[in-house]
Amino acid sequence: MGDWFHILVFGYYPYLAATVFLAGSLIRFDREQYTWRSGSSQLLRRHQLMMGSVLFHVGILFLFFGHLVGLLTPREIYHAVGLTSSAKQVMAIVAGGVAGAVCFVGLTMLLHRRLLDPRIRKTSSAMDIAILVILWLQLVLGMVTLPFSWAHRESGDVMVTLSLWAQKIVTFQADAALHVVDVSWVYKAHIALGLTIFLVFPFSRLVHIWSAPVGYLGRRGYQVVRSRDHKRTA
Amino acid sequence: MKVRAQIGKVLNLDKCIGCHTCSVTCKNVWTSREGMEYAWFNNVETKPGVGYPRQWENQDVWNGGWVRKKNGRIAPKMGGKLRILAKIFANPDMPQIDDYYEPFTFDYEHLHNAPESRTPPTARPRSLISGERMDKVKWGPNWEEILGGEFAKRSQDVNFEAMEKEIYGQFENTFMMYLPRLCEHCLNPSCVAACPSGAIYKREEDGIVLIDQDKCRGWRMCVSACPYKKIYYNWRSGKSEKCIFCYPRIEAGEPTVCSETCVGRIRYLGVLMYDADRIEEAASVEDPQDLYQAQLDIFLDPHDPDVIRQALKDGVPQAWIDAAQRSPVWRMAMDWKVAFPLHPEYRTLPMVWYVPPLSPIQSAAENGMLGSQGLIPDVSQLRIPVRYLANLLTAGDDKPVTLALERMLAMRIYMRARHVEGRRETDVLDAVGLTEAQVEDMYQTMAIANYEDRFVIPTTHREYAEEAFDLRGECGFSFGDGCSGGGKIDLFSHEVRVGPSAGGRSGVHAGER
Repeated sequence: MGDWFHILVFGYYPYLAATVFLAGSLIRFDREQYTWRSGSSQLLRRHQLMMGSVLFHVGILFLFFGHLVGLLTPREIYHAVGLTSSAKQVMAIVAGGVAGAVCFVGLTMLLHRRLLDPRIRKTSSAMDIAILVILWLQLVLGMVTLPFSWAHRESGDVMVTLSLWAQKIVTFQADAALHVVDVSWVYKAHIALGLTIFLVFPFSRLVHIWSAPVGYLGRRGYQVVRSRDHKRTA
Repeated sequence: MKVRAQIGKVLNLDKCIGCHTCSVTCKNVWTSREGMEYAWFNNVETKPGVGYPRQWENQDVWNGGWVRKKNGRIAPKMGGKLRILAKIFANPDMPQIDDYYEPFTFDYEHLHNAPESRTPPTARPRSLISGERMDKVKWGPNWEEILGGEFAKRSQDVNFEAMEKEIYGQFENTFMMYLPRLCEHCLNPSCVAACPSGAIYKREEDGIVLIDQDKCRGWRMCVSACPYKKIYYNWRSGKSEKCIFCYPRIEAGEPTVCSETCVGRIRYLGVLMYDADRIEEAASVEDPQDLYQAQLDIFLDPHDPDVIRQALKDGVPQAWIDAAQRSPVWRMAMDWKVAFPLHPEYRTLPMVWYVPPLSPIQSAAENGMLGSQGLIPDVSQLRIPVRYLANLLTAGDDKPVTLALERMLAMRIYMRARHVEGRRETDVLDAVGLTEAQVEDMYQTMAIANYEDRFVIPTTHREYAEEAFDLRGECGFSFGDGCSGGGKIDLFSHEVRVGPSAGGRSGVHAGER
């Protein structure tokens, strides 16, 4: 891989993906909120969804927050609480591996259902199928990184390198891409595909993630009543 | 006291002939679209029967409505907010489309194209979802029409609770009635309570419960939470939809489509005022059989000067107070006590009420004479068991239903004596606690049922109404896909308008204001 291409993918592509992700989400929410939904197909077929959806969502939520905290926590912070890079690496491998396996079972069930159940297949858009395939490939790539990470568990240096890249990207430092020149192809492929998920996010049903209804827990009482604005002049 | 007004509704089941005109006109106007083929905002079921979707009344299966907890407070039967959110990835309390029915069309083309054969060609059903051939159609919104199907299945109807139902399987004892069903526009709606997005709301000015189509995210908790199963998930748009009480017509002072087109003149629309501060108290009474009375207790007398004063203070327009004083719903529910809420035990305080049907007196056929207790025929001898009606309308309390049926019989006896024999049979009225004036009024409203007596709907006040001038040149009511059914899809999965006047966004979305 040439230097120019490397810088493009790991230096500039993250910003391109992040811009489309944020601006695209905002524009869709503002202009096309009628299309903003989870796209549930439970009504059409419960089979494989009841188990598959729960396993997939629990697994991927754990993986998402694991990546978020794992990549963006500065090394000094977890060193300060007595967690070595090596211990953190092993923890990430074990916890991520378990969550990955749970997610894999669920996602495979959902993908199987979407492709082979005639009702679900016929009512799926091209993007519904594409996003599920992309997530499945991304999950498999993530699982493939596990033996590579296991090999580096003593020093934890690959993990440190990757998180340094992520931290430099989010803090707008120009030399971020240089940190990941030497890491294995598996990590590079996993990162590139991960950035692509952010890129296609606003055009897919994934937008429902923004609307995770945690605010419901804070609603006062149960009822919602709306009154018209009283446009009285006097 | 916080006075609110709502357009309530009464259906006089005594006059329903089960013609399905209400269902068909409603479907033509609101749900004749892809994704909603299976949905009937209004459907007419034959009772007894398990209905549409199958077993909708069995809350052990679907967990709809509310329950009263040990501490005396109520919570959705699905569970509190945390338990509802825990069901968001996969909702165990939600029916599958087959519980309603898989929408279908027929292979009509085959009738034209079939090669010559010894037997006539047939048009076989084909799924509107997958496009695949279906072996047979298995259920529908009126599947048990006029007692279709066998008693063993029909008797799964939960309204047979605490009844010796086996005898009603015998031909001599069989009975039936029609039950037209639509959204109840409840005072204490459990769909609103269960919506994690806060997309479902009750309109303060007329009580209509709507789903904001832009705000709905398709978490589908409302489908389970509604004990009447009158919220439908649109599998095409990924949003839930429900009866909108034809709010564009109501705002203009016109009856809903189902009411307007009812050939039996069984539907009544009128204003009811109630105390919004006492909703939770009324929905929380301990004994389910007290819920009917508790709901009556929060309705406010529109002739009471204190109520009128407070109503004006709370922003209820004078025209609505005038309409409340002439409301046929108030008279049937409160004055004559002949209308009842559907399944008050769900604790939703429904606002579409029902007049129980009279039926032939069985012993008359057996003995050649009417069994009677004094002047009024014995309603316990009616072919439709009072207990069955009570399980449907008063959580199993026979007394109010019995009184209503006796009052309707008394009205018949009195009017028959007056018109046929030319005498005033006031004894029969005394027996059921009605005055001559009341019965004259009942007769005018329920038997003659003129248009202007059935529908007393004040128009929405200009100051509350939508700015219609902004909607000029728009497509009017649409579902976010412009003026056409669409076909082309843009980057954001939005169907693009095609045709000569393409371009520009549509006007009013369903449920949007």
